[in-house]
Parts: sequence; C-alpha cells; structure tokens
Amino acid sequence: MSDIRFTDQHEWVRVEGDIATIGITDYAQEQLGDVVFVELPEVGKELAAGDEAAVVESVKAASEVYTPVSGEVVDVNSDIEATPAGVNEDAMGDGWFVKLRLSDPSELEKLMDENAYNEFVESLQ
Amino acid sequence: MSGMNKQGRPTSIGGTSANGARETFTGNKALELEEPLLFELDNPGACGVDLDDPGEFASHLGNFERQGRIGLARVSEPEVMRHFVRLSSKNYSIDAGLYPLGSCTMKHNPRLNEKMARLPGISDVHPLQPQKTVQGSLELMNELAHWLKELTGMPGVALSPKAGAHGELCGMMAIRAALIARGEDEQRSRVLVPESAHGTNPATAALLGYKVDGIPATKEGRVDLEAFKSKLGPDVAAIMLTNPNTCGLFERDIVEIAEAVHEAGAYFYCDGANFNAIVGRVRPGDLGIDAMHINLHKTFSTPHGGGGPGAGPVVFSEALAPFAPLPYVVSGKDGFRLVETEDDAKADGTQPFGRMTAFHGQMGMFVRALSYMLSHGSDGLRQVAEDAVLNANYVLASLKDDLSAPFEGPCMHEALFDDRFLKGTGVETLDFAKAMIDEGYHPMTMYFPLVVHGALLIEPTETESKQSVDLFIATLKDLARAAKSNDKDRFTGAPYMSPRRRLDETGAARKPVLRWAPPAPAQAAE
Amino acid sequence: MRYLPLTETDRREMLGVIGAKSVDELFRDVPESARREGLVDLPRRKGELEVERVFAQMAAKNVAAGSVPFFVGGGAYRHHVPAAVDHLIQRSEFLTSYTPYQPEISQGTLQYLFEFQTQVAMITGMDVANASMYDGSTGCGEAVLMAHRVTKRRKAVLSGTLHPQYAAVVKNLSDFADYKLEIMPPLLPGSSEDIAARITDETSCVVVQTPGFFGELHDLRAIAEAAHAKGALLIAVVPEIVSLGAVTPPGEMGADIVVGEGQSIGNGLNFGGPYVGLFATRDKYVRQMPGRLCGETVDADGKRGFVLTLSTREQHIRREKATSNICTNSGLCCLAFTIHMSLLGEDGYRQLARINHAAAVRLAEKLASVPGVEILNKAFFNEFTMRLPKPAAQVVDALAEKGVLGGIPASRLLPGVKEVEDLLIVASTEINTDEDRAAYAAALKEVL
Repeated sequence: MSDIRFTDQHEWVRVEGDIATIGITDYAQEQLGDVVFVELPEVGKELAAGDEAAVVESVKAASEVYTPVSGEVVDVNSDIEATPAGVNEDAMGDGWFVKLRLSDPSELEKLMDENAYNEFVESLQ
Repeated sequence: MSGMNKQGRPTSIGGTSANGARETFTGNKALELEEPLLFELDNPGACGVDLDDPGEFASHLGNFERQGRIGLARVSEPEVMRHFVRLSSKNYSIDAGLYPLGSCTMKHNPRLNEKMARLPGISDVHPLQPQKTVQGSLELMNELAHWLKELTGMPGVALSPKAGAHGELCGMMAIRAALIARGEDEQRSRVLVPESAHGTNPATAALLGYKVDGIPATKEGRVDLEAFKSKLGPDVAAIMLTNPNTCGLFERDIVEIAEAVHEAGAYFYCDGANFNAIVGRVRPGDLGIDAMHINLHKTFSTPHGGGGPGAGPVVFSEALAPFAPLPYVVSGKDGFRLVETEDDAKADGTQPFGRMTAFHGQMGMFVRALSYMLSHGSDGLRQVAEDAVLNANYVLASLKDDLSAPFEGPCMHEALFDDRFLKGTGVETLDFAKAMIDEGYHPMTMYFPLVVHGALLIEPTETESKQSVDLFIATLKDLARAAKSNDKDRFTGAPYMSPRRRLDETGAARKPVLRWAPPAPAQAAE
Repeated sequence: MRYLPLTETDRREMLGVIGAKSVDELFRDVPESARREGLVDLPRRKGELEVERVFAQMAAKNVAAGSVPFFVGGGAYRHHVPAAVDHLIQRSEFLTSYTPYQPEISQGTLQYLFEFQTQVAMITGMDVANASMYDGSTGCGEAVLMAHRVTKRRKAVLSGTLHPQYAAVVKNLSDFADYKLEIMPPLLPGSSEDIAARITDETSCVVVQTPGFFGELHDLRAIAEAAHAKGALLIAVVPEIVSLGAVTPPGEMGADIVVGEGQSIGNGLNFGGPYVGLFATRDKYVRQMPGRLCGETVDADGKRGFVLTLSTREQHIRREKATSNICTNSGLCCLAFTIHMSLLGEDGYRQLARINHAAAVRLAEKLASVPGVEILNKAFFNEFTMRLPKPAAQVVDALAEKGVLGGIPASRLLPGVKEVEDLLIVASTEINTDEDRAAYAAALKEVL
C-alpha cells in the first residue's frame, strides 16, 4: 500500500482524499507492550505537524503520539479509548488514533515510505 | 518404662508425601492465611472501640450535619488484630531476610530508635505549642542539624523536607532563589542531569520550569566529562548529580565537575541517596557540592515502613545557606528559638525562599536518625561506610564470573550487573529476580539504572553478616547455573511459593479498580 | 559496634576474595583531596543506655501535651489512639519493608493501601483516593498543580479560610513553577468573602478549607457552582479529619478534589511530622492525580491480589513529564490511619466526632462566661476562635506559665495582621475532661 507514510517516531499516516488517518506502527505497539490507556484530542482541534496528538500508555511506559501532518481533527477512534488492547491487536488498522483534514499535503513528502521505514526499524535492532 | 507413646502417635515422617503442594478447603497453607478485605468483615453492631455517648449538648454544626451511612466496616478489636496480623504475614521485610534493593539502603532498623521516638516528652508535643514549652524538641533539631553539617562539611541545613524528592525540590528551589538574587534567573534555564539519574531528578527540575538536558555516561559508567563540559554555558542553572552514582561508582572527576560548574556560574546539586557509601569518610562539602539532600530513611536507618514516611533534610554550601526555607532553629542566650516568619528571618540576616510544609518537618524521623547517629558515633559511622562498601565489593568479586558486570570495580556500596549472562537462555532479568523470591530473597533493583541493559543492582548494606552474604551469593550462583542449563521453568513461572504468583498489571491498569464498593443489591425475588 | 555484624576476621577474608589489601583500596576512586584520614569531629559510639539518657534529658525539657490541660489545634490535633494501633504498625513486616514494588511478597502492604484508599474515599464522599501524600499542606500544593493540569490554566484562588501555612506551601510551589495565585485576606468567623467574584476564565481552581482556619464550618455548594460555571475546580481542604464523622463531606458539596490531614486518626502529634496527607478526587480525574495508587487485580492462579497501578503518571517512568516528583507516600502513618479507622468503624467514627463536637461546645460555653471573652463562631466542629481584651500571644504565654496550653494566637501564623492580634484559636477533643475545662476557665480569668 503505497499511500502509507511513516515517521522516525513510529507513527503512520494513511491518506484517502484529503483525510489523513494516523496511528502508531506495529513495531511501536510491540515496544510499548500491553497498551492500557489512550488519550485522544477533541474533534475540531487544529494540529500542526509535530504537535502532540495523543498519549498512549502501557504498564511500563507512556508516550506522546505526534501528528506527522497538519490539519483539523475530524474524528477520533473511541473504540481504543474504551478498549486499549485494540492498539496491540491491529495497530496498523482498527487501532488507528485520529483522522485529520489535511491542510498541507506537501508535508507527506518529507515522511518515509514503507520500505524506508522497514529499513529504519531493522537498523534499530 | 513410664513414658511410653500410649496413643501410638506416629513420630516419623514415614507416610508424608514428598510434595506438599496441594489445595486446601480454606485456601490457607498452614501458617499462610488468606484474608478477605476489611469491608467483607463488616458486621453491623460490632465496634473496635468503646466510646460513651457525650450526653445532651447544643449542637453548633448548623446545617452541616452529615446524613446517610458512610460505609465504613464494623469490626471488633480481635478481628481487627487478626486482620492486620494476617496481612503482615504476606510481606517480606528486612527483619526477615536480606533485602538487596540497590539504591534503597535496606539496612537493619534498630528498635532503640523506635523506643526513643515514643518517649512521651518527645512524641506528644504539638508543633504550635509556645516555644518555651518545646525547648527539648528544638534542641533535638539543633543537634541533628549539627551532626548533618559535621558529617557533610556544609554550613547550612534545612530540616523540613518530608522525603528525598521533597529535599531535591527544596535544594533546587534554594538554587533558583540564589539565581534570582543574582539577577540571573531569566538567563539560566537549563539543568544538566546524567542519563543514569533517578527519575525524581528530572521530574524535580521540570517542576521548577527548567529544561532538562541529559548528560551521557562513559563506558566506565561515569559522567562523560567532555560531553558535560560542552553542555555548560551561561544558560545553565545547575547540574544534578548522584554521587556515588546509580551504577554504584564514585564519580572520579567530581572535583573537576564542581570547578567547571562554578566557573560557569551554575550550582552543583548532589542527590545524596547513596551517602551511606561515604558517610564518615568523605565530606560532600570537600567535593565542591552546593546542596545535597540526605535520605534519613536510607543512611540513617529510619524505617522504610512499606513506603514512607521518609525524611529528606538538605545541606547547603555557604553560597546557598542564606536561602534555606522556613522554619529553622537558632540558639541564643534564652535557649533555642524557631525562626518561622519572614520578619524573624530578616532580623536574623537570612533570606528564606519560602516554606516547604506547614510545620517543622519529620520530627519522628529526626529522633530515630539522631538515635542512630549517637549509637554509632563518628567511629561507628565510618565503619558503616567501610562495611557497606566491603560487602558490595565482596558480592561483585564473588559473582562477576557467574553473572555479568558492565563496569570494572571497585564499586561503592552497591554492585551492578547486566543481563548479558542470560543471553540465549530465554530467561529475562525479571524472571531471574522472581525466581529469587522462591529462594526466600527480595529481588534486587531491576532495570535501573537505565544506562545498562537489563540492570540488576545489588546493595547488601553493612548490616549483613558474612554468613548471610555468602548464602546469598551461593543462591545467585545456583540460579545463574540453572538459567544457563536450560531450567527455564524455574524462572518464567516464578514465583511459585509466594502468597501470590505474578499479578496481572495490564488488567489492573486497563480497568482500574481503586477501591472496594459494596456488591450491587441482589434483584428482588419475584 | 552492635549493629555491625562483620568481624575483623570476616573483613580480612573478604578482602582476600576481592583481591584488595585494605578497605582504603576500595575507596581509591575518591579524589585524594577529599579522603579523610581521621574521624569527623563528633562524639564516639554510645551504648543503648547512654543514648536513652541523652533523649530522656531532651524530653524533660518539653511540656508533653498529655501532662497538662491541652487545647492546641491549628492543623494538628491530640486524640486518643487505641493501643492496638501502635502494636500493629511495629510488626517487622510492616515497619521494615520497602515500597511494594514486588507485589508477590508485598500483599500485606498493598491490601491495606487499598483499604485505606476506600476509607478515604468514603469519608470524603469522593470516588477515589490515592495511597497518601506527605501531609495535608503538601497535598494541598499538589492539588493545585493537579487542577492546573486538568484545566490547562495557571491561576489559583486561595480562600481566607485556608490555614496560613498551607497557603505558604502553595505560594512557594506556585512562585517557583511560575503559576499565578490570589490569596484572599483571613476570613474571620462571622464575616464573608466574595470568592465567586474572583473566579474568571483564567482560574483553574479555588481552594477552601472547612472547618476553616478559625474553626468555622463553611458551605461549599455555592462556591462549587460558581467555579464549575467558569470551568474551574473546587479544592476542599479538611485539616481535622475527625470532623467528617459529623459534618457533611466536601464530596456532597461539589468538591472536585479533597485534601485532608489524616494525623488525627492513628497518629500522634510528633511536633509536626510525620503526618499523612489524604487526597481524593472524581473518577474522571484519576489519571491526573499525583502519588501512588493501589489497584485490584488477579494473579497467575486467578486469585485476587493488589498491585501499584497507573504508575506511568509517576517520576520513575515519565521522568520530567511526571505529574509530580513525589516518590514516597506516608506508608506507616497511612497504616496507622487504616487500623484506627478499622477499629472505629462506622459507629465509632461517628461517635468520636460527636464527642469532639460536644467537648468543643462545652468548652466554648465555659470560656464565654469569662469576662472579656467573646466567641466568634456560629457553626464549628471542635475548634473555635475567641476575641480577648488583649493580645492573644501574651495570654497564651501567661496560660502556659500556669500550666495550661490554651491554643494558638492567630498572630503567630498571621504576623502583622492587626485585626487578628487579639484572636485565640482553641481546639478541644475527646481527651479533654470537665476538670481540664474548669482549669482553663480559671486560668484565663486570672490572666485577663
């Protein structure tokens, strides 16, 4: 799937039209361990690339999730707020965090594609 | 032949099965007794105190009279005794065995100290009684301050901080107050903290609005002097350094670090958590330190009490002493006096930065610490440091070939190992530690400091005998051998024999249950 | 030295294993300039008997509260503690254990923390409580920081009902963390303050104490409404926790955070510490709470057990992003609280509160009959304020000369505030007898 982009902070962003869906990668959920809590932003909030979009916590770690792209929050995944295990089960799919209406699609160009990210993860191990 | 075994009671263990692990009807295992929650013992009509009705009087509660049931359990005294005695039996303790938690200094707690703290003339005194009626308490505080100043070679002390982290906060506040007085508060916004530091250090600096800047460690486990110097600048307020450090090593370059810090116009905060290693032998004041908190519950043996109360007095250099918080004790011709207001302080020539707590600090802990100090004396305290360091080095030397040690010795009061010796065994640091529980030991500190992979930090303290340390060493050797010879089950399922096995921390955090609630009322019968 | 088990023979053998000639060699990383050869300038070791003599001498220079008619409060109260409490907290397994980081061998501590949290939540009328803070005053400071986090605002308003030294602790924290603070002037019983008018869109919280510093009971309902209307929180401070056995709890008056001083239950006066801070809040704010929390779970065999939980809020994980830098709680004091509260139970706690109230009412009646004395309070629990015809500080000293510890002159904690100079704050608990009250009234008559 070529429309997915990645950051070196282990967030992913998938674009359909002008809507960007953001989550954390499978590698990230594995490193965190069992996710126990997710805090999501309010719908309608304007976020700039690099802003804190969410917080994800496991028993032993807590981490901010930064948005790789700018835009207005149009939806959040309330399923993972209620059942944080969803992030571990399907980080790249049903375990998404927020949807933004993209304000600057050119920001996507600075992000890694899937191959580059996989290489990056391998370099960490 | 008069003393025969007439009932034929068997006196050999002939018929007993070898494996005692079986389920019982009660869930109890002989001396190990299960205990419900207090609220499940609720028995309407029962009460653990006898309090007479006060009789007729005119209530002045206005319209604030509490309505409805509070929900507290109703239990008699014998049941309360049994409840808490049973609970106590589920705890490990220093009095029961070696407690090698690195960085926590779990040493013997002399009971003399408890007795002194309970003398009515000391314990039954109110913090706001007229000062003439509390001269003994003020003298005691003054004496403790004197001991702390002599032992550290530092001229100022604040007794009021309630614990180590509170002491850190106090020390960093004094530093910031001194910078404000110098007119450099705006300019100095960065605090340098080594990556190996306790988590409280960066948390404290951040609370005061400082940017935290990490200093990397060298492969010898010490502050990287070059990296540190390159981070110094006119915007640095302070460095927060633990010495001996969290790897159990003395920072060899500490004098050079102090000089560089002072040359840059910044202050040197030392986390004194590990003072036990050097008490009576090295005075922090001689190293160039400006402020250091002392955990009375570590070095000076006030009981840890299952997580407090602690006490964290802070000693100050000449430069910071005038900024120490209210209140403090001074002695004059009319006896001792508590300086507790800004006006008092002004008259006394100091500029306290403020107040850390409502009253005067952890007096109950001061008594215990002073009792410990008087018992040891200058000679005994020096011996404390020497024996603590000797025991730790003995552990390091004895285990370095069985476990893996990331740094060369000698160490100070604690010995650090990493998880390289477990590589390929399928056993992790946590499993190794949990297997120690079945052997009757509290695990050591794990996964801290963060600069070492899978850290195991062992602090035996000076109150362990050689016999005790030898058995501990032999146990760890046996566990290391078992891990390497594929006896994985002994570790990954451990502990097997403790009152509870491993607990589901994920479940606890996903659906937090933080209090007991009465069961939902049963549906009314149809 | 009696606490040091190693003998010279042991030390020699151990040095042999280490491969060092002397202990000095183990200290070789210490810079030479800082190595001390001789002993520090302090006395040598002492036996138990000698140490006991030293403390006995110091103790003799104090007037113990229990040795005289005693009426001092102001955030620390003298109550009777059942004998079982001190016995139980001295059990080795409680006294000499560490923070319960290994839950498999710390269920004793963890279960009582869970019971403590439940008791505190019940008496304050709140959803959830933590496993204790250092004391009431530091808990108050932490509550304000928490309100700032919850509301993402930076300004607190402190009512004139708040203990001046609690206010000083909050002010100190706020100053250093660069938060804004408005401190209202002392609120004397019979007067009122318009705190609602101080709440703006910038305000994160208002802090109100009840019973207030002068002993008066305060209604929180209107303040809670005013605060909530502006998106601010109400922090209620309860320095005398016995009061909640008789008085409407803050949780039923709209408080968002309740901070209490738990010393009165299970803990002695100890000249100011150690005490035990109580901290309770609503479920929705639990992740913004400071301090330790204990939660229920199950073990690998499915048995109920307890663990420290939600620890990602804490400094050892979040480091500079932690909710607080706090590392310890007040473990053993919190155990003493739990045991005493267990002995009291529903009926004992309520009865104790009633007895305290009766004692204070009777004392107020008795002292009101002394010429020149005016009692200021309308609604109070076990502490009230009286206006005297002369400066209260002098009166308290004169009473002490006559062997009565008669209370706290307001001027001690509010120096330079002219209107409080003649005010004396007096507390009475179940320890006071009719004889104590008579002795107080007689002494007061003489010194006025």
